[in-house]
Amino acid sequence: MSENLVSLKDVEVSFTSGSIKKIEKQVLKGVSFDIKPGEILGLAGESGSGKSTIAKTILKMVAIKAGSMERTTNHPQMIFQDPYGSLNPAYSISWIMQEPLRMSTKMNAAQRREKVVEMLKEVGLDETYMERKPGELSGGQRQRICIGTALMREPRLLIADEPVSALDVTVAAQVLALLKRLHDEKGIAILFISHDLRTMYNFCDRIMILRDGRIIEEGTPKELYRNPREEYTRLLLKSAGI
Amino acid sequence: MKKWLKKHKNFNFIAGAIITGVLLLTVLIGIFATPYDTTQMNVADKFAKPSFAHWMGCDNYGRDILSRVMEGMGNTFLIAVLTVLIGTVFGVIIGALCGYFGGLLDDILMRINDVLFSFPSILLALVIISLLGTGRLNVTLALGIAFIPSFARIVRSEVKKQCSLDYVKSAALMGAGHMRIIFVHILPNIMPVLLSSVMIGFNNAVLAEAGLSYLGIGVQPPAASLGRMLSEAQSFLFTAPWYAIFPGLVIVLTVLGFALLAEGTTEEE
Repeated sequence: MSENLVSLKDVEVSFTSGSIKKIEKQVLKGVSFDIKPGEILGLAGESGSGKSTIAKTILKMVAIKAGSMERTTNHPQMIFQDPYGSLNPAYSISWIMQEPLRMSTKMNAAQRREKVVEMLKEVGLDETYMERKPGELSGGQRQRICIGTALMREPRLLIADEPVSALDVTVAAQVLALLKRLHDEKGIAILFISHDLRTMYNFCDRIMILRDGRIIEEGTPKELYRNPREEYTRLLLKSAGI
Repeated sequence: MKKWLKKHKNFNFIAGAIITGVLLLTVLIGIFATPYDTTQMNVADKFAKPSFAHWMGCDNYGRDILSRVMEGMGNTFLIAVLTVLIGTVFGVIIGALCGYFGGLLDDILMRINDVLFSFPSILLALVIISLLGTGRLNVTLALGIAFIPSFARIVRSEVKKQCSLDYVKSAALMGAGHMRIIFVHILPNIMPVLLSSVMIGFNNAVLAEAGLSYLGIGVQPPAASLGRMLSEAQSFLFTAPWYAIFPGLVIVLTVLGFALLAEGTTEEE
């Protein structure tokens, strides 16, 4: 179990835009880090620093230009920032949550429904939500559904890309508590992406600071707080009011 | 309020279903029996006004308009429905693939689409008919092909819009393949837009059929179609207004019925 779930070595990723005159923009400029089983790893940085690109790299949604990425976990799952766009509005909650099972298991409809009811309880909802459409749910409820759906394939790594920044403070705290509990109970590793160091301070085991496509600092929240090596980290801490 | 809304939606649906149902029933009856022979000319009844004997009156050859409307509806419905079907099926497939995958495939297919789109669809249909020859089937085929570009374009832009939403990425993470993502996850979400463009398409198909029949390359006389009857009635608008009014009314009712039906189904959530 000591094997890393994901390990990135000098990963470079760039995007090209324009169809005739190609404009290349390098987003990641040599990123190396490991995600160990069962840890909560925070990834902090301003918007545009490449946080989401790292998530996409791990999910193999973008091509790596240089460096390497090794993954020992097969299907890491992701929770998105916008809970309104991440659930298919055309289907019921039950249908959406069954989809991962439909794709990866040979369960019949009754077994799948049973599993959905179980999972709904696990994320703090009940079976009355089964036949509802995402449009009838609040942001916090949707995010719970997203977490439940992500857990359906029993991933060992969950990537949470700003999972609570679209929610108001009390709901955000509840969703974070849910993530923490699921992490404690199931031992799922979480890559927690955020720009909010204040949230990460209490939530993460380890925090990495990303700036301009490079990881400039890394450490436990306490280390970063007590002894930030980089000026930029100090600035982030200050703006978070810690 | 919610109850009232639900009732209202059902009203749309029911009204649409009744109108379309009655029209379809008339078409079905028309296939087996019409009050009079649709091609039987009768000098004595020339321009007969609507009466109990001839509910919709008679045309310039003394033919019963109701009978011809019944036959014409059948032809027009068939052509319009098949046209829209061809346009929608191919339009959805091409548009969805282009919108989803993008890249070179998208560039090539959409440029071809642009070229086709730059011709008026009637002209495009004319070209195809001149290659295939006239006749009901060829007209349908020609109009269907001419309708593909507009559907493809609408579907492409809608699919592209949906692709930027996270539920599409989420579906990939669930383990769904490309085809499943396109046709199971994305397609239901573009249905409202697609349905309304199908309605407009149906409308346009009826009009295009009328246009082609008017030019003499659509439904061939003495067979009737609503479009053909309208264009024939044009010359007698003042002597026999009922000749134009009734086929026109049927077209209006057809489009209205379909539109209500579409509204009822898309909002019934």
